[in-house]
Amino acid sequence: MLELAFAGGDRYVAGAYIVFLALILSYLAIMASKLSKIEREVVEISEIVERRAQGAEAVPPRSKEPVA
Amino acid sequence: MLTTAFALVFFYAPTDADQGIIQKIFYVHVPMAIVALCGFVAGGIFGIMHLRTRDQRWDMRSYVTIHLSIILAVGVLVTGSIWARISWGHWWVWNEPMLVVFLIVFLLYATYQPLRFSIEDREKQARYASVFAITAGAFVPLCFGAVRMAQNLTHPQAGTMTTHGPGSVTLTFLCSLTGMTLLFVTLCKYEMASKNATSKLRSLRRRLAGEDDFIPTGGRSAAPQI
Repeated sequence: MLELAFAGGDRYVAGAYIVFLALILSYLAIMASKLSKIEREVVEISEIVERRAQGAEAVPPRSKEPVA
Repeated sequence: MLTTAFALVFFYAPTDADQGIIQKIFYVHVPMAIVALCGFVAGGIFGIMHLRTRDQRWDMRSYVTIHLSIILAVGVLVTGSIWARISWGHWWVWNEPMLVVFLIVFLLYATYQPLRFSIEDREKQARYASVFAITAGAFVPLCFGAVRMAQNLTHPQAGTMTTHGPGSVTLTFLCSLTGMTLLFVTLCKYEMASKNATSKLRSLRRRLAGEDDFIPTGGRSAAPQI
């Protein structure tokens, strides 16, 4: 029984370390996907801000109208 | 640091005379368990800081530490089961207090995210989550202290395994523990930076939406916002 257990011991040790690595790697993968989403949002917002800035430049400033 | 620790595990630390190579699981299982439990307690301490100062950043810290501790706790349960299978012949032993207490703590913290998600009001969500983190954080050392004081059945103790073994075992264990702690702190900082960026983007979107047409922001979330 003990010999059998030790014969398969390497497999189990490798399994334990692989579980640990898999956990960390999947966490990093999820975080990386969130980071890319943030990057996309930053690009989107900067485009909106840029469009608004261009729009503000295109419209001439209003001249003061005389008060009747 | 963790790579060095794992190199020490396989090339420096001696093979246990009693358990053989399967004892090497000890160097990943125990540091993960210690860091996860300390993370739960740290989450409680951050919860206290949040309630004292009402600063949302403490709530964010509490949330991130608990979130990462839950992930490590999953690893502890899986690696522990693998170790139990080869050592005791069973994936799970219900009459072993250490295992059952760890499972109870894990299940308790598994309700943390649904609790946060169920509360829509951000202020209330942060407050309730802090109260939960403090209560559960106090529960962790009490439970494990009680188990330690009670007569242990079969679960090996980390202290006895390192102090009764040769110095190389202690050194390897300490390296693994330091590596795991550093990994935890790094991942905490990483997640915190990501959450802060998301919060800032949301507030920026809201400000832009206030000025012009409606820009949809994210829906309900369990994650805190600053």
